Amino acid sequence: MELRLEHVLVLSALLFAIGVYGALSRRNAVAILLAIEVMFNAVNVAFVGFARFVGPEHLAGQVFAIFVITVAAAEAALALAIVMMLYRQRRSVNVEEINLLRW
Amino acid sequence: MPLLSAIIFLPALAALVLALLPARDPRTFRNAAAAATGMTFLLSLWLFAQFDVNNPSLQFVERVPWVPAIGFAYLVGVDGLSLPFVVLTALLSFCAVLGSWRVTLRPKEYFVLLLILETGITGVFGAQDLALFFLFWEVELAPMFLLIGIWGGPRREYAAIKFVLYTLAGSAAMLVGILVLYFAGEPRTFAWSELVGRQIAFEVQLVVFVLIFFAFVVKLPGFPFHTWLPDAHVEAPTAVSVLLAGVLLKMGGYGIRRLLLPLVPEAMRFFAPALALLAVVNVLYGALLCLAQSDMKKLVAYSSISHMGYVLLGIAALTTVGLGGAVLQMVSHGFITGLLFLLVGVLYDHAHTRDVGRFGGLVHRTPALAVVTSLAALAALGLPGMSGFVAEYTVFVGSFATFPWHTAVSTVGVLLAAGYMLWMTERIFFGPLNPEWHDLDDAHRYELVPLWGLIGVILLVGLYPPVVTDVIDLGVGALTRWLGG
Amino acid sequence: MVEVAWIIPALPLATFLLIVAVARSAPRLAHALAIAGVGAACLASVAVLAEVVGGAHVERIMAWFRIGQTVFTVGWVVDPLSAAMLVIVTTVSLAVHVYSVGYMHGDAGYARYFAFLNLFTVAMLGIVLAPTLLQLFVFWELVGLCSYLLIGHWYRKPEAAAAAKKAFLVTRLGDLGFLVGILMLWTATGTFVLAEIEAKVAQHALAPGFLTLAMLLLFCGAIGKSAQFPLHVWLPDAMEGPTPVSALIHAATMVAAGVYMVARLFPLFEGAPTALLVVAYVGIFTAFFAATMGLVAHDVKRVLAYSTISQLGYMMAGLGVGSLAAGMFHLFTHAYFKALLFLAAGSIIHGAATQDLREMGGLRRVMPITAITFAVGGLALAGVPPFSGFFSKDEILASALHAGQPVLFAVGLATAVMTAFYVSRARLLAFWGAPRWSASAAGSPGGSRDHAGHGGSADGHDAHAAGAPHDAHGHGAPHESPPVMTAVLVALGIPAALGGLLLGPASGNWFAHFLAPLEKPLPFDLGLAASGTAAALLGLGLAWLMYGARVISPEALAARLRPLYVACFRKWWVDELYGFIAARTLLGLARALAWFDLEVVDGVVNAVGAATRALGRGVRRLQSGQLPAYGLAIYAGVVVIAALVMLGPR
Repeated sequence: MELRLEHVLVLSALLFAIGVYGALSRRNAVAILLAIEVMFNAVNVAFVGFARFVGPEHLAGQVFAIFVITVAAAEAALALAIVMMLYRQRRSVNVEEINLLRW
Repeated sequence: MPLLSAIIFLPALAALVLALLPARDPRTFRNAAAAATGMTFLLSLWLFAQFDVNNPSLQFVERVPWVPAIGFAYLVGVDGLSLPFVVLTALLSFCAVLGSWRVTLRPKEYFVLLLILETGITGVFGAQDLALFFLFWEVELAPMFLLIGIWGGPRREYAAIKFVLYTLAGSAAMLVGILVLYFAGEPRTFAWSELVGRQIAFEVQLVVFVLIFFAFVVKLPGFPFHTWLPDAHVEAPTAVSVLLAGVLLKMGGYGIRRLLLPLVPEAMRFFAPALALLAVVNVLYGALLCLAQSDMKKLVAYSSISHMGYVLLGIAALTTVGLGGAVLQMVSHGFITGLLFLLVGVLYDHAHTRDVGRFGGLVHRTPALAVVTSLAALAALGLPGMSGFVAEYTVFVGSFATFPWHTAVSTVGVLLAAGYMLWMTERIFFGPLNPEWHDLDDAHRYELVPLWGLIGVILLVGLYPPVVTDVIDLGVGALTRWLGG
Repeated sequence: MVEVAWIIPALPLATFLLIVAVARSAPRLAHALAIAGVGAACLASVAVLAEVVGGAHVERIMAWFRIGQTVFTVGWVVDPLSAAMLVIVTTVSLAVHVYSVGYMHGDAGYARYFAFLNLFTVAMLGIVLAPTLLQLFVFWELVGLCSYLLIGHWYRKPEAAAAAKKAFLVTRLGDLGFLVGILMLWTATGTFVLAEIEAKVAQHALAPGFLTLAMLLLFCGAIGKSAQFPLHVWLPDAMEGPTPVSALIHAATMVAAGVYMVARLFPLFEGAPTALLVVAYVGIFTAFFAATMGLVAHDVKRVLAYSTISQLGYMMAGLGVGSLAAGMFHLFTHAYFKALLFLAAGSIIHGAATQDLREMGGLRRVMPITAITFAVGGLALAGVPPFSGFFSKDEILASALHAGQPVLFAVGLATAVMTAFYVSRARLLAFWGAPRWSASAAGSPGGSRDHAGHGGSADGHDAHAAGAPHDAHGHGAPHESPPVMTAVLVALGIPAALGGLLLGPASGNWFAHFLAPLEKPLPFDLGLAASGTAAALLGLGLAWLMYGARVISPEALAARLRPLYVACFRKWWVDELYGFIAARTLLGLARALAWFDLEVVDGVVNAVGAATRALGRGVRRLQSGQLPAYGLAIYAGVVVIAALVMLGPR
């Protein structure tokens, strides 16, 4: 069976759904971050897949994927720093105990 | 030299300098502010002198593209309609600074805000681009909010927030209205002179009218959107009251005359009877409420509502004389009400109360103040020889042909004005002296300067109206052409 | 001179400004300037009159200001009517000015008084010369202002301040009608110039009903200014002002303005006969009505005030029955004899320190000149031949009869009886009988109302110290007034006594021919003259029986006619009615509206604010701060949007 665009997209969608589920259901902030990384990678897969099957003459998809990886790294660093600060203040990384955004 | 821009931005520039001034002495700031506003006033007089009364088009036009993509430009200019208001604003701002001689609380911020306020108001009258008009309209809000909210009376926060929310609600509607105008025709532009004379569908005109009129009727203020006014006046410091009643209210009448009448004339015609009715309600309602007030500031505030009713009546008549009378009434009321609020401020500074009922026989202690107040009251009740008479009479003459009944009924306002104004002066100054005030000081020389200055202007316009009418006639004449009759 | 007739008001205006500028604290300079200004105006008026008698007629119109095509016009007109009025106004004003030098001597507001007296004259002259309705209205209002300033001269007295305010407001109530009338005429004709409006009316360019309504509204202004029923209430109270001011108001300036206005607009009124009829009946009713109140008043100035209202009613009646000459002739004679009566009353007040008739009596021995001049004025007012009032009143009654208005004639005759009675009563009570004053009690607090004002005028000083010059001799026995005052009385006595005869029958009705050459003069009717004389003598005799010979007891009569007496004495409760309207209705409405404004209008505003806040308080519960909840909401939103995009219309 030949690898086609649909397969890549289904994989991407599955990965994204797993990521969303993880981000919404986990209480541990670190786990949520991991889940968000999964969502990023789902997008990357889609990008690369499109790049391969739709416009192979351009590198736009690949470049975007690399961009996303870079931004995700920066974001992860920032987010982990926030998590660290939270932990120092609250001795917990359970998001249900943190409601700083409440009015 | 870009004279008009100089007038608009000189106060703002002065505000910047003041903000950077390291001094601590309040006198430094007030002297600097007085110098800046005085200078602006002189410039505005120069503008008045340079103005060509035979040229009905915009003069002193300055145009700098700002956001060319949407056709938004810094476009200012004056015609016979805006010129009187530019001068009025400069004069009253100067008087307001002179009336703030005793401000000691955070003088730096106070005068900085006052100067920014002047720039905002002058900009509204100078702007010939709808977006710019809106911009200046909003610029005036912030300093006003802070001036009332920080230097105001006991309920200053309530009054300041009420003022800002009311005005903002109006300006939100106005913004939508302006955008509708912007999108209603090709090429898309905010330039007033290009929008004039455009054919816009009647239904669209109605929508635009309602949206924009809401902003102006709040500002005017028209019944029943007037209740911010007494609160704002009672709480505002003297200088702010002077500017508020003297020029800010005029932005409403000016706006109707500048934006609605030329841009959506058919809607104006359609709504004119409603406007006339609103005018009569304003006149009588404001005047009757005056009779029930004992706080001098509230009394003057409600009298403003009554007097602005004549403005609305004159505009609603849609006749040359009526429109001229409306502009004349706005200018005249600016002088008179500015004078009245200055007077209340002086009296309050001396006696620390504004309750009419607590005074009595003050003439024995404060003869100078009594003379000035009597003259101001006579001006306010429309005595011939004062500007108020010329203005009201012109409005009546202009509106009688269109709305005889409305006009006849609103003349009662003149009688009521005589009632409350004479009652106030009599109660405060005449009769036996209330012993509570046996050592009250008369007004000082520096307090009397702006008072007599304004009385001089009121008498000048009242005795020789062409000073103003020759100028405003131009604006009115131009307008009749658009209305086609 | 007629070409520069504007100089007549300009002269006193200049002296007014001079007094304000330089003579505020220089009494002698102030009265010198004031008298010079009015004196010069008086000379100029006489010169103008001479030229007009020679046939001059000038009308000059110029623009005051213009808006668009509309010109607001002012100017001056010199014709027989205005020329005659100029002389009347300036001479009476001059007399009052001179008299005031003595009467107001030592008053703290002396310079201010003379300045305003000048301004008052200016305003009246402005009315007289007005060729346009606009100018008429402008000076009309200024007359109101000056009356306000002068009636309130002793502003420390609350009554004076209240009376001044009342005068201004009541007359302004009438002015509303005046204003609307002007607006109507302007709308119909497009001009303020009287001559042009008259031309339009002559061409019947205006609908009769429209014109009638406009003229009635204009007449409202005259009702206010000339104190006709029902706006007469301010005039008696205006007594709170200094007595010379009363003389000026009653004789030549303020109240005459209303009559003059009707005369000036007479060609218009002739186009609206119904309106003219209303003028006549309002006039004659006022004449009768005011006379009833004059019968019982205790205050000598009030008696005279009611007589003024009554006589103004006669003038209106004269004009109303279509005789310009009769109305204006009575205005002319009345100006002098009423000025004389008031100034004589001022002399009594000055000398006897009271204006209450019950505290006078027997004054003729101590104030002989005042007594004689008062008698002359009184006889003129009563209409006894050959004093001036007889001829003018006779002419009005004759005109009424001639116009086919027997009711007007009858009421006028009855009023003449009352007039003779009350003026005679005042004279007898004041000058005859036994003195009801004693040398020591004359200055008692209750009796010296006018003089209390002298103290009250002491501006910023100790009242008693500054008021002293007057009160010092006021406390002594009554005495004759200084020559500067009595000389004026004598001077006014001459026209009051002879003016009617000289300008009436003796010169072949010169006055009537001069003013209204087209009006057909009425033949002298002996029966009419006899009935007028009989009415006057009846009133005089009745007064003599009651207050001179004391054959009929006034007290017993009052007791027998008690309801009538009380009604007259309480001024038919008109003041109470106004008090009710003003205090209850108007202020009640104002208070109700104030409540409405605060609770309803502002209540709605605050309710909108409160509702917004309540909504915010409710909605903010959604902001739990729970990150997963936010995420879920975002995700759900994405799903919904995606679904809409995919399933929605293409």
